[in-house]
Amino acid sequence: MSRQGNRGTEGKKMNSELFTLTYGALVTQLCKDYENDEEVNKQLDKMGYNMGVRLIEDFLARSSVGRCHDFRETADVIAKVAFKMYLGITPSVTNWSPAGDEFSLILESNPLVDFVELPDNHNGLIYSNLLCGVLRGALEMVQMAVDVKFTQDTLRGDNVTEIRMKFIKRIEENIPVGDE
Amino acid sequence: MAIFSVYVVNKAGGLIYQYDSYTPRAEAEKTFSFPLDIVLKAHDERILVSFGQRDGIRVGHAVLSINGVDLNGRCTADGKDVIEYLKDPVNYPVSIRFGRPRLSSNEKLMLASMFHSLFAIGSQLSPEVGSSGIEMLETDTFKLHCYQTLTGIKFIILADPRQTGIDSLLRKIYEIYSDFALKNPFYSLEMPIRCELFDQNLKLALEVVEKAGTFGPGS
Repeated sequence: MSRQGNRGTEGKKMNSELFTLTYGALVTQLCKDYENDEEVNKQLDKMGYNMGVRLIEDFLARSSVGRCHDFRETADVIAKVAFKMYLGITPSVTNWSPAGDEFSLILESNPLVDFVELPDNHNGLIYSNLLCGVLRGALEMVQMAVDVKFTQDTLRGDNVTEIRMKFIKRIEENIPVGDE
Repeated sequence: MAIFSVYVVNKAGGLIYQYDSYTPRAEAEKTFSFPLDIVLKAHDERILVSFGQRDGIRVGHAVLSINGVDLNGRCTADGKDVIEYLKDPVNYPVSIRFGRPRLSSNEKLMLASMFHSLFAIGSQLSPEVGSSGIEMLETDTFKLHCYQTLTGIKFIILADPRQTGIDSLLRKIYEIYSDFALKNPFYSLEMPIRCELFDQNLKLALEVVEKAGTFGPGS
């Protein structure tokens, strides 16, 4: 039978170096293709978004996660289930805003940057910006508009890597009927 | 075959995939002499039996061919109106083949979006708040099972009422969809699924469920 049969919720294990190097090749190519880092960041985000809107279905089909009813639940699922499933890491969730609509994911390790040293002429580059797009795209498909950005990055001299997520709104018009 | 059809409906209510796994029911062919003792009527580009059920010819069956030549809508192959043709004694004896009309892809599209609305109506009609839409619809001859994902895609299976294991099959189809449609970079979201691998794996999954003999007890 096809790979379906031996594919559990764990997913197929693969060498993360191939993934890391492929991502590296992608980013360097974008840096060659576009003049400024801003544009590269934008392209990475866009690619991530396109991945996210597809990845969410894979995630929902494979994990038995139900609908999240608040942003804290969402944060938990992202950190403990999704990141674990796709990147093999579990970021910690911290820095909640008092209103509970904003939090940070602190990545102790980021598999995308295993071998990366950012050259001086790329100060504006947000190397892992693809992840922001993925998160935004995936959450949009479950009717949550969020703002995602890197606020700290070890590549750029910070102590930790921090992704800040801000809840904007429920996309009411897209909520499937009979759901909730 | 205990699973008859699979439908996938996108968020907007558009049918993006359809698969039938049943063979059409027996058709009946009979030679008639004048006058025709079955009442026919024209309906939606088809000629249907409206009265005079017998010999395996049932009300609702459509005229499929006359003297072995397939009809072209409501006209014979050479362009004459069927009703007029059958009124004319010179054309007798005539051999007519009847059968249950199969849904055209257009009709399926229509029915799918209609179900999409019914699903919504279902949740509105509910006396309790927070009702889901239609999850199952039961008739004498089949059961319709519907699973809506969090993102709003509906997977619909028409199966024998006694078939079990449909819930897990629906989840399985969701997995197949996420694998072989969404992970195919050339598949665009919300569009009809025309992916060979999706077809193959879907059929495989249906076979597994059917072979498992998952008919409930007492069948």
